[in-house]
Amino acid sequence: MADTSQGVGGLTFDKSKRSWPNELNILLALVIIIVVFEAIGQFAPYMNGQSFLFDTKDRFDSIFNEARLQIIILQVAIIGIIALGVTQVIITGGIDLSSGPLVAATAMIAMSFAQVAEVNGFPNPKALFGPWAMDLPVIVPVVIGLAFGACIGIINGTFIAYFRIPPFIATLGMFLFCRGIALWWSGGNPVSFPTDAYAWIGSGMMPVVWFVLLAIIFQLIMSYTVYGKHTYAIGSNEEAARMSGINVKRHKVMVYMIASMLAAFAGIVLSSKAVTAQAGMGEFYELFAIAMAVIGGISLQGGRGSIIGTVLGAMVLGVIRSGFTYIKLDGSYQLMAMGAIIVAAVILDQYRQRNRA
Amino acid sequence: MSNDIVLETRGLTKHYGGVQALNDANFILKKGEHVAIMGDNGAGKSTFVRQITGVEQRTSGDVIFDGQPVNFTGPIDAREAGIETVFQTLALADHLDVPDNLFLGREKTKLDWLGPFRLLDYKSMRQDTLDALERTGVKIPNIRNTIERMSGGQRQCVAIARTASFASKLTIMDEPTAALGVQETAQVENIIRTLKEQGEPLILVSHNMRQVMDLVDRIIVFRRGRIVANLRKEETDGQDIVAYITGAKTGAEYEGAA
Repeated sequence: MADTSQGVGGLTFDKSKRSWPNELNILLALVIIIVVFEAIGQFAPYMNGQSFLFDTKDRFDSIFNEARLQIIILQVAIIGIIALGVTQVIITGGIDLSSGPLVAATAMIAMSFAQVAEVNGFPNPKALFGPWAMDLPVIVPVVIGLAFGACIGIINGTFIAYFRIPPFIATLGMFLFCRGIALWWSGGNPVSFPTDAYAWIGSGMMPVVWFVLLAIIFQLIMSYTVYGKHTYAIGSNEEAARMSGINVKRHKVMVYMIASMLAAFAGIVLSSKAVTAQAGMGEFYELFAIAMAVIGGISLQGGRGSIIGTVLGAMVLGVIRSGFTYIKLDGSYQLMAMGAIIVAAVILDQYRQRNRA
Repeated sequence: MSNDIVLETRGLTKHYGGVQALNDANFILKKGEHVAIMGDNGAGKSTFVRQITGVEQRTSGDVIFDGQPVNFTGPIDAREAGIETVFQTLALADHLDVPDNLFLGREKTKLDWLGPFRLLDYKSMRQDTLDALERTGVKIPNIRNTIERMSGGQRQCVAIARTASFASKLTIMDEPTAALGVQETAQVENIIRTLKEQGEPLILVSHNMRQVMDLVDRIIVFRRGRIVANLRKEETDGQDIVAYITGAKTGAEYEGAA
């Protein structure tokens, strides 16, 4: 009798024969980008032999320039949290443009339930509500913020799944709607002076902690749970998913809800980090989140990509931004170069996918 | 007597607006029997299949499956009752591997209290996949390969293995080899023979005369929405069937039908 674990006719599930994962390519690209910046720093005459990655001044008694590494990851952590949700939406074959304004709206709403009654002995000058909303436990603004995000996500998902509005249009509408909410909430005034507990959420390296923690959780969810499998299946072949008995509409609503809750959480972290909430916050965040996912190899056609890819995409974006500043490239050139890099990443990815089969 | 009838339709009729796509179809399928449905394009073959599998709702008539009158509201309903269908358009997710596709929508799970976030039991699904492939004689080099990297024949085999990997009471295949090459067609036909040996009843919609004469016990011919012939394979030949398909002949019991 043939060994069933090997099957018949060369039927195997040999782990060593699995394909070269896409994520390794992005990691490789990341390493190359770092090396290029390092080389420019070492050899370009105007750089005076500075190092991008290594600690040359010996200020921190370590090999690496930790301050730079921290800034690299800190400046992408909050948008990275949004990108985790956007990744799931894109894997279903959709898109979410509403996340940037949602960050601002959630920041305004959550912060207004996180204010302290007194600042240096005087009443809070930015107080939005009466005394009843002052000095509340930190759980209140967080839950209100996440619940708001969930509502927005459910509305997005319902329009897309049940009313068959294209995701681009539905979330574009929500994009404007949420920016409107952010402006209307306090009549355009900033909301400030949060409780210590609320300020802790985004203090120091906490955004990075949340980003890494959530990335690990969602990577596991996408790989090992029914939710993840159905998300990939819908993006891969929606008709097949429906035929297989998956409740596609309900699942899509859930994906948009989770994405919006992640964006809402990013809004909480951002307002905590900035210790204030303003209606103009989170501008272009939705586009940078999409860019992270796209650089990370998430196909806009759906069905392909992973959370790890998006995390690497976020790192690439962070390294590029930090590196451009480091080689003293003007801000306007930085934007032009980043635009080119995003398009180049997709061209490379498509070229690679075509040559795979 | 009625015990060995798997599927019966009585006066099955489907109108699309004024178009009578299917008219008064009376059909019986017995246990272990393989039946082919033939007919010209637009003769009502696919319409007939769509009424049985619940993809569409019939205008009138009865469907009796496994001794019970049934009213499927959708293909999932039909599948839960035990009718597995291999559709003309393959219902596979291209970016997923073979076990994922076999178990799509009915995954084996652990820690079910986690609701939508319950864990997938990959190990057990892989083992079941290997068993199912072995049972149907399907050969796929590596089941961890995604569907997009497979040939048309391999894809079709996966789709068929899916129907065979669950305890189905009836398998329906709608032109399973229409888009396949010679070798791949042979592979699919081998699977159908395996199903026959195992006594699994099958309805095969096909245009391929050689295939039909090779594989099935009985041939039902549709013409202009009606059944016009019910032929045992031994009592007919290709020319005879073509005569029924084109309308040169009509079965004695169906006189005046079309």
